Amino acid sequence: MNRYVISVLVDNHSGVLSRVAGPFSRRGYNIDSISVGETLDPTKSRMTIVAHGDDAIIEQITKQLSKLIDVLKVAILPAENSVYRELVLIKVRADDQTRATISDVVDVFRAKIIDIAPQSVTVEITGDRPKIQALIDLLTPHGILEVARTGLVGLHRGDQNILTQEEIENGKAVL
Amino acid sequence: MLLTGAEILIECLLEQQVDTIFGYPGGAVLNIYDALAKYSDRITHYLPSHEQGAAHAADGYARSTGKVGVCLATSGPGATNLVTGIATAYMDSVPLVAITGNVALSLLGKDSFQEVDITGITMPITKHNFIVKNVEELASIVRKAFFIAQDGRPGPVLIDIPKDITAQKAEYVRAVPQPIERHTKHITSAAVEKALRMLKQSERPLIYVGGGAVQSDAQAELEEFVDILKAPVASSLMGLGALPSTNPYFCGLIGMHGTRTSNLAASKCDLLIAIGARFSDRVVSNPKRFAPNASILQIDIDPAEINKNIQTHGYIIGDVKIALQKLLEAMADEEFKDTSPWLTQINEWREKYPLTYRDGILRPQYIVERICALTKGEALITTEVGQNQIWAAQYYQFSRPRTFISSGGLGTMGFGLGAAIGAQIGNPDKTVINIAGDGSFRMNCNELATAVEYELPIIVVILNNHALGMVKQWQDLFYDRRFSQSIIERQTDFVKLAEAYGAVGFNLTRKEDVDEVITAALAAKRPVVINCEIDPEDKVFPFIPPGAAVDELIMEVNQ
Repeated sequence: MNRYVISVLVDNHSGVLSRVAGPFSRRGYNIDSISVGETLDPTKSRMTIVAHGDDAIIEQITKQLSKLIDVLKVAILPAENSVYRELVLIKVRADDQTRATISDVVDVFRAKIIDIAPQSVTVEITGDRPKIQALIDLLTPHGILEVARTGLVGLHRGDQNILTQEEIENGKAVL
Repeated sequence: MLLTGAEILIECLLEQQVDTIFGYPGGAVLNIYDALAKYSDRITHYLPSHEQGAAHAADGYARSTGKVGVCLATSGPGATNLVTGIATAYMDSVPLVAITGNVALSLLGKDSFQEVDITGITMPITKHNFIVKNVEELASIVRKAFFIAQDGRPGPVLIDIPKDITAQKAEYVRAVPQPIERHTKHITSAAVEKALRMLKQSERPLIYVGGGAVQSDAQAELEEFVDILKAPVASSLMGLGALPSTNPYFCGLIGMHGTRTSNLAASKCDLLIAIGARFSDRVVSNPKRFAPNASILQIDIDPAEINKNIQTHGYIIGDVKIALQKLLEAMADEEFKDTSPWLTQINEWREKYPLTYRDGILRPQYIVERICALTKGEALITTEVGQNQIWAAQYYQFSRPRTFISSGGLGTMGFGLGAAIGAQIGNPDKTVINIAGDGSFRMNCNELATAVEYELPIIVVILNNHALGMVKQWQDLFYDRRFSQSIIERQTDFVKLAEAYGAVGFNLTRKEDVDEVITAALAAKRPVVINCEIDPEDKVFPFIPPGAAVDELIMEVNQ
């Protein structure tokens, strides 16, 4: 079982999230996270889906998603040739004794404290999975109260685009 | 031209050459029905007894003519009553456009009277669906819907139209439909050459043909391909008619109720060539043990069918007709291995294991054989689902594509009569016969009223075993003859029922009377129901239990 990051360009219609999510539940594919946002063209959105399965399952996921009318392009973002990031907010128990220690840890990770209250702080961290997991491990002894994660977003490295040059010239637009 | 949404909808149907629709009125589609009355000289609307009948009729119309079937229903229960019909069309890749009304935009999402989220409900059973939120978008949505329904692998598309959209006005400009082109982009010379190499290496090829060959109208190409390769041909249920049953290479059905020859051939072949077929579980049984000695070459329009159920070794993605044409071009002047030892083996199996049934009293297989003889294999046959369906598939000799109309993928009991109505309307000069069971017929027999109303000379042949025969057969073989809820000794008199609807009814109880009754039914030129009292013990054979390899554990008549 491998983890795959799949980038999907879609028409920004209402219901498109259900259409894309549908095949995963219907066909029993495992999905770890899904994130959606508009592209520079507000009529298009990009989804980043993290899924796991063997090669045959990923082949089917890619093909089944490609069949959807609202889906313009599906691409696997391979680890060696892509950048992934996730944003996570972590609310951790903190009082006058522990706040400074937590702040030091947060600094080392180039994370930020974005909210302070008498009994807690909320930390914002951006990164790939191992980095985020390392911070969570260090904060856990203090008592993590809540976590919110965006799920991964990713792009190909370098000049490579989810669309081929030909597709761009055919008017699918650069996104 | 400033038109209402309802008028724009109908103008767009006319753009698509639609002259026939099947529908049922209701509150949310009142404006559409009002407009339909104005256009009644150009579009004929058929009113069934139930929306499900409209969906199946549109489906039967589409399968038998190759055109898009159109059905129309109101919001809420009207829309949900279409669902089984849409799912049936989806599983068998039938081009269908289903139009539903919905409550007005301002009432959407408020659990209004007769409101249902039909686009949500039908998402997994349509190629695509639309809800129209702006009358300005209506025309382009209808055009897209027809394109999507027919493009590539066909399928149903639903358009949900809130009531106020059908009343609002917008500027309408007539447009020419986007042409539907056969998909050929991926039929590359590399793919064709790879396929050719596989063909040239094979000493024991088997062609496995499916519904895609029927859909792409590839009969001529298929016959030529078979002749050059000299390979036996097995068919899925959906593939029947793609090649005439009389073709000397034709071995009959493959899979659960396939001939022993087809299934043995699948086990022993060294190359299996799937043409517009999708390796359904009803064909493959156990994917780990299917065609264990064979390389798999698959020709299919849908890339997602490659490696879905069975791993392939070579494939051509594209329209089956064009793919075969390209392959035939590449095959010209090539030498292929001598398949005659293989064909000798095939013929030995054929002689040793023909389809057989017990003789004696009135047998369903005999009835189907006689129907075939008396219609010269030229009738349009629709079926219900279960034993009736398989007997029809096994014993009717189909000579042409689009003449066997059956719910293969979804297995929808109650499909056949509605489908027969659509098929007869689409083919007024052909004989249309629905081969039914008593259970399936009872599900949607209300559509007899429709056949009578529109003077459609459909013949319904009920193979009546007073049971849900296929369920009972499984219980007999696997559940120690505990016939839980499968014996249905209802008091229904099907002859009187037919007469009550205004149709003709016959009872058939003796083998000697079969020809006379069928001949009378064919001569009646009115809707006819023939109630055939068959032996409740008759089963569908051969039968490969699910999960078994296709060459083992085959149950035959005597077991």
